[in-house]
This record gives sequence, structure tokens and C-alpha cells, in this order.
Amino acid sequence: MGGYPEILQEALARVEETRPKRLEAAKKKKYYPKLLPSEYEDVLKKYHPDYRPEGRRVLKIGPNKGEELQVELVELLEGRPWIEPVDFSSRLRSPDYTTDVLVIGGGGAGSAAALLASENGSQVMLATKLRHGDANTIMAEGGIQAADLPYDSPYYHFLDTIGGGHFTNDKRLVRALVLDAPLVIKWLEDLGVMFDKEPDGTMKELFGGGLCRRRMHSSSDRTGAEIMRVLRDEVSNHKQVQILEFSPAVELLLDDEGMIGGAILYNLDVQEFLVVKAKAVILATGGYGRLHLHGFATTNHYGATGDGLVLAYRLGVPLKNLHYAQFHPTGAAFPEQCAGMLVTEKVRTLGAEPVNKDGNRFCHPLEPRDVESALIIRECIERGNGIITPTGRVGVWLDVPMIDLIWGEGTTAKALSSKYLQFKRYGIDISKQPILVFPTLHYQNGGLCINEWGETVVPGLFAAGEVSGGIHGDNRLMGNSLLDINVFGRRTGIRAAQFAKNRGEVKGLNLRHLERYLRELDKLGIKSNKKAPIILPDYRSPDKIKT
Amino acid sequence: MEGLKYAVGDRTIVAEGAKLIPIYVMGKRYEVPETLTIMKALEYVGYRFIRGCGCRAGACGACVTVYRTAGDYRLKFGLACQTVIEPNMYLVQIPFVPANKAIYDINQLSPDIFTFEKLYPETFRCLACNTCTKACPMDIPVMDCIQSLIQGDIKKCAELSHPCIMCGMCSLRCPAEIQHPFVTLLARRLYGKYLTPKAKHLEKRIEQIKKGMFDWMLDELMEIPLEDLKERYTEREFEPEPYDPDWHPKDRRYLIIEED
Ligand SMILES: Cc1cc2nc3c(=O)[nH]c(=O)nc-3n(C[C@H](O)[C@H](O)[C@H](O)COP(=O)(O)OP(=O)(O)OC[C@H]3O[C@@H](n4cnc5c(N)ncnc54)[C@H](O)[C@@H]3O)c2cc1C
Repeated sequence: MGGYPEILQEALARVEETRPKRLEAAKKKKYYPKLLPSEYEDVLKKYHPDYRPEGRRVLKIGPNKGEELQVELVELLEGRPWIEPVDFSSRLRSPDYTTDVLVIGGGGAGSAAALLASENGSQVMLATKLRHGDANTIMAEGGIQAADLPYDSPYYHFLDTIGGGHFTNDKRLVRALVLDAPLVIKWLEDLGVMFDKEPDGTMKELFGGGLCRRRMHSSSDRTGAEIMRVLRDEVSNHKQVQILEFSPAVELLLDDEGMIGGAILYNLDVQEFLVVKAKAVILATGGYGRLHLHGFATTNHYGATGDGLVLAYRLGVPLKNLHYAQFHPTGAAFPEQCAGMLVTEKVRTLGAEPVNKDGNRFCHPLEPRDVESALIIRECIERGNGIITPTGRVGVWLDVPMIDLIWGEGTTAKALSSKYLQFKRYGIDISKQPILVFPTLHYQNGGLCINEWGETVVPGLFAAGEVSGGIHGDNRLMGNSLLDINVFGRRTGIRAAQFAKNRGEVKGLNLRHLERYLRELDKLGIKSNKKAPIILPDYRSPDKIKT
Repeated sequence: MEGLKYAVGDRTIVAEGAKLIPIYVMGKRYEVPETLTIMKALEYVGYRFIRGCGCRAGACGACVTVYRTAGDYRLKFGLACQTVIEPNMYLVQIPFVPANKAIYDINQLSPDIFTFEKLYPETFRCLACNTCTKACPMDIPVMDCIQSLIQGDIKKCAELSHPCIMCGMCSLRCPAEIQHPFVTLLARRLYGKYLTPKAKHLEKRIEQIKKGMFDWMLDELMEIPLEDLKERYTEREFEPEPYDPDWHPKDRRYLIIEED
């Protein structure tokens, strides 16, 4: 069943034709030459979706007014809310739930936050959109960074992170990140996360793009799943944490002193709004891959629609480092049902290289992610050397069979077991056949402005994880975000619990910020018919969508 | 970029001239283009998921689907986001599996079989019928996980069950009503926490951090001008790739190496 259809056979044959020669070079570590760093800018400007002027619009409202951002993001920030403030004037006086700390988002950051808030004495409610753990966290494959080997140090971790982020990171956040990192790994180890270890307990640590030392901890090729399973289990063991699934937040609430007051949730099952009063709120809603910036496919989970950004923006929380999203160079382009799915960098680390429709190499396999993406786009679009799939997508070959030929038969099946199984389901044996790839939207580099305790400008409102910005600057290194969700999830949990303890009663829940925002939209003549937050993407065939 | 659809989000593009085949969603017949996954076929016919859809990449277990194919009496199990439709497939998604997860304090447990006897006693009723294994969309030898546990081998259970996405199909099918996803999760946690040696270098590093031994280096990085920071970044010493046990860094100013 499956496999490659007739119309791809010819192109497939070319890859095989040129393979022996390419392989010989690869075995000697000779690949297509790398670009000089001075050549990056030109390529990025011409071909990287986020460096090109197209697909952007000036944001007209809010603290980041005047910035040119991706159209899809601007539409989110300028969209219509789910509720009309007047409909809630009486409901806000009798909330459906009252809690100390409300955590919004049940991925890694939200779960870590819930645990620490509860351990610090708070009643916690964890409201999430899908099931607890249906999140980008569970999809992470590669690993998590921490400088804990003798020949490594937080100093190098700091340098790698800030250099990788093109020196646009917030240094205070980076410092917190690298100093907490070993603590987080130990916390996870003590919770029972199965890290890959040597028989004596030493962590097996790997290299990663942009790292000057081995620093990547892993749990097979399912690091995120392993961490998520354990955190989820641990949260369920905490009786002070109440979990509400399929109940996304659609608006935040203030109290009459301008501090956070809670949120309005929407129960997706019975389609009803719920008012939650809370002394502190932690936003941990993750990333925005499902906005499909510039029309790109994505690696992200179904609920990654950037909700937290618009919720907090309406409260006046500024955004940062959102100019460039991270596009992963190798998302699957075929079969159609896999479009956008991540093909991990490890495939190229193990020796596979991209080749065009004539079977020729055209770039080094391990350029920085943004540069590699741009080079693949150039090959496909400007040079017309891509391969067109039966559904009209375009991609280049990633010559995976080179891996077994370099490292011995069985390497692919073992080292890339999840990917091997996935393609096998479609009749493609990646140890023997190349796969078609094209860049895919992967990570929201920036987000809400926070300080090193995850505090935003609104007293009592915290943010942690992919929804926040500044830790990674304009470009995140692999392994730093599984880390950041734990570091800042824990930090916000602790601080939110303290904040809740020290503040008095929440009085006068209101939506004045939303009223103000709506008036402003009106004044600016912005009339959107798009609902924000989006909550769930819509992939029905266009002719099936009823309005 | 003109004229080329170089990406269109996640909505399925149907190839021209694609053959339509019939599938039955909870008994209702629909014609859908062949080669779609169950998930995309459902969206194609007009479903907008609330439940039954998570990561869309085979990692979370939200979209597990039970189906029969024409002429085959057996029940089959697959992830909607990963399984390609077949003609005359009869299918339904199982968005939720009830389970009684045991509540425990991981710090108070001992990593042995008695813990399982106490928290999940039904585990020991395993009939070794292998129905669980047949129900697993991840090809995990589920019965072997349970059997090795019964024999006291927590390590084997933990390692074999590592790919588990906790969809719960094994548990729904089990005649002994075992809650495999939670039993094996407990095995993995006990194994990770108690049965593998701790990373000593990690403990040491945390001590060093707590003593503030790295503070001065980070203070330096916080304070130096951008140009110097950039220079330090470009001039940092790289550990050679692949891993070389005989490598020793030349620059040790920013390392803290303590002998045991
Ligand atoms: C395929 C893939 C591979 C990756 N590999 C790695 C890796 O190897 N190493 C690494 O460090 N990082 C990796 N990453 C990145 C990393 O996994 C994520 O950045 C990180 O896990 C984000 O965690 P989070 O808790 O902030 O968000 P998430 O884990 O996405 O959790 C957010 C949660 O909030 C919920 N939510 C969203 N909106 C709302 C709302 N309005 N109300 C309530 N709940 C809401 C979501 O449904 C979700 O459950 C990878 C990401 C992907 C997609």
C-alpha cells in the first residue's frame, strides 16, 4: 500500500543515480560548501518568508502599534472577541469558580506551574483547551538542554543561547534559564523521567545546532512525550489542582484596582461560558503554528492558535521578538496527509542531505535553520528545481538512505524509530527511499514580555512557555524550549502562589480593558469578521463550511 | 512564487482526478478521495474536531479510532491522524477512555511489585490472552509489559512501554480490566526515579550553582558591551563532533572542574 506514485518515479530514479557519488563524498565529510556568514543576509532577505516584505501589515492598535507583523498575527490581534462585555455585567458578580491561581494551558509550562503553585500552598485550577497534555510539549523529540557536564558551564550555555538568538534576547531571562537548567533536570529526574543514561548514571548528552558543548539530554526520540506524561501524572496526584479540560480561556478579567481578576472560559462540550475568579493567573497557552503564517504548514498541535497573545494584548501586555517565526527546514511535503509534519534535524545530523529534482545537492545539510529553509525555498521557487507532488505541493528530496549506507544497515530504524514507523504506515521505507521535504512553521520565537519571574506588566498576570518572549531572542536553539517551559513554569508557579497569598480579596471583576480595546478598534475603523482567540482551526473543505 | 502552491496550511489538497472511495463514519456513508488519513477524511466530509484530535502527528493518542474493513471480522485500531482510509471502512473514534488512576506520592513508594499489588491489584489478573497487544496502535508488546511486571521486572516493563501514547485501547479491550497505560506509566516513573543510578555530575553542578560559583562569569556576560559579547560568542571553543572522549578544553577559565 502507498509508496511513491508513478509521477514521482522519474525524479526518484535521479536521486538513486547520483547517490553513489554523493555518498562517497559524504563519507569523507564532504558536503555542499557552507555559505559564509556574510552571505546569510542576502539569502534570508530574498527567500526567508519572514525576511521578505510581503505578507506583513502594520499593527494599528495596542502597545506594539506601528510594528509590521505577519498578516495572520495582525488579524488575530485585531480580531473580534467571543463575548460582548455588556452580556457579562451581572455574571461577573457571581463567578462559577473561585480559586487562588488559575493556570491557562495544560502543556509542559502550565503543568509545571500548577505543580509549583500547589506546592506553595495555593488552590489551583488548570484550564486547558483540549485534553491535559495535548500540546506542543508532547511532540518534542530531540531533547532538553542543561550545562551539567564538567566540560560545560552555564557560561557557555548563555553564550550559545544569546548568539543563537542574534543577541536580541533579554539577558536577565537567559541568566535565569541557564542557572535553573540543572535544577530542572534534577527535578524531572526525581519525578521519574527516564533520561538516557550511561550505566553509572551519567547523562548521555548530545550535540545540537549552535551548541559549543554536548548539552542535549534526551529520552529516546520522545523526550517531550516522556516529560509530559510524567508532569501530567504528577499534576493528577495533587488533589489541590482542579483540572478543566476542553475549557479554553476566551478573555481575561481585571479587578477594580487594575490587577488580574480571573478569566472567562468556554466549555467546548456544552458550549457555555464560565466565569473564573482568581487571585493570580498564569498564561501558558503555547505557540501559534496553527495560524499558518504566510500559508505555511506547521509541526504544531491542533490547539496552537496563539490565543494567549491576543488575551494578554487586550490587557496591554507588550509583545516582543515576534518579527521572525522559526521555520523548520524539513517538514514533510509528501504524502499529503503528513504535510508539515516535522522531520527532525537528526536526520541531517546523521548524514542525509537535501537534493533537487535532478538528484543534485544544492546546499550544506546543516546550515542554521533559517538559512537552510531559505535555501530550500530558493531551490524550489526561484530555480524551479523542486519536485511537485501529486497534490501540487513542492519539495526537495532528503536522501535518508545515506544514513544506513554510512552507519550500517538498521541505523535508521533504530535511531529514528518514530519517523521510520510513521512513513512505513504510508508504504515508504525511509531507510531505502528518500522523502520529500519543505520548510514548515515550527516555533513562535517571541511573545509576551515577562521578567525573570514570568511577571507581565499587569499585576498578578504571569506568562510562561512558548507564549512568552525574550528568552530566545529572534531565534530559539533546539532543546532550549523544553527547558524554558520548566524553568519559567516553575518560577511563575512559585511567584503566583506568593502573589495570591499576599493580595486581598478580588473585588469588582470587570472587562473595562476589553471595552476600551473595542472602542479603540472602532475609532480606528478596524472591522474584523474574524474571531479572536481562534481556539480551534477549521480544516473542513471550503464548500462544507456554513457561516 | 507565483503559480506554485508552495503550501496551504493543513487543509487537504485533493489531487486532480483522485479516485473517490466509500467510508462509513459511525454508519453513515461518505465518498472521499483515497489516500487521505481518517482524520483528513473526516475533515473533508465536514467534521470540525473538538475531541478526537490532538497533535495530528501520532504522538498524543487523542484520535484513536476503532474500525472494521470489508470482509474482515476483526476489530482494528489506529490513530486517525496516521491511518490511511480503505474502501468500505466502518469506523468510530474513541475520544475518551475511563480509568481510575491511582493517586500516590511518588516519594513514598518502593520500586517493587508490592506497590503494584497495592495500587493496581487487577494487574495480576492478566490472562495472557494478548488482546491488549493486538489493540495497540503503537505496536507495543503490551502483554509482555504486564507479564514482565508480574514477574517483578520493572525495568523491562518500563523500556518496552516507552513509546506508549496512553490512548487506552489495550485497557478497553482487556478481559481482566487492567489499566495498562497507568500501570506502565508507574513502572516507568519508578524505574526512572529509583532503579537507574542518579546523575552525580548533575548534583555536583547544582551545588556549585547554589554556592554562586558561576555568578561572576554571568555577571561579566551581563555587563560587557555588545561587541565584546559577540566576540566571545564567535571565539568560543568548540567540543569536536562526533564525541571524542580524549578531548580536553584548552580554555578552562569558565569551567569549574572538581575532582571527586
Ligand atoms: C514537533 C515539535 C518538536 C519539538 N521538539 C523540541 C525539542 O526537541 N526540544 C525543545 O526544547 N523543544 C522542542 N519543541 C518546542 C517545544 O516542544 C515547545 O515549545 C514547548 O513544549 C511549548 O510548551 P508550552 O507549555 O509553552 O506549550 P504547549 O505544550 O503547546 O501547551 C500549551 C497548552 O495550552 C493549551 N491552550 C492553548 N490555548 C488555550 C486557551 N485559550 N485556553 C486554555 N488552554 C489553551 C494548548 O491546547 C496546550 O495544551 C518542539 C515542538 C514541536 C511542535
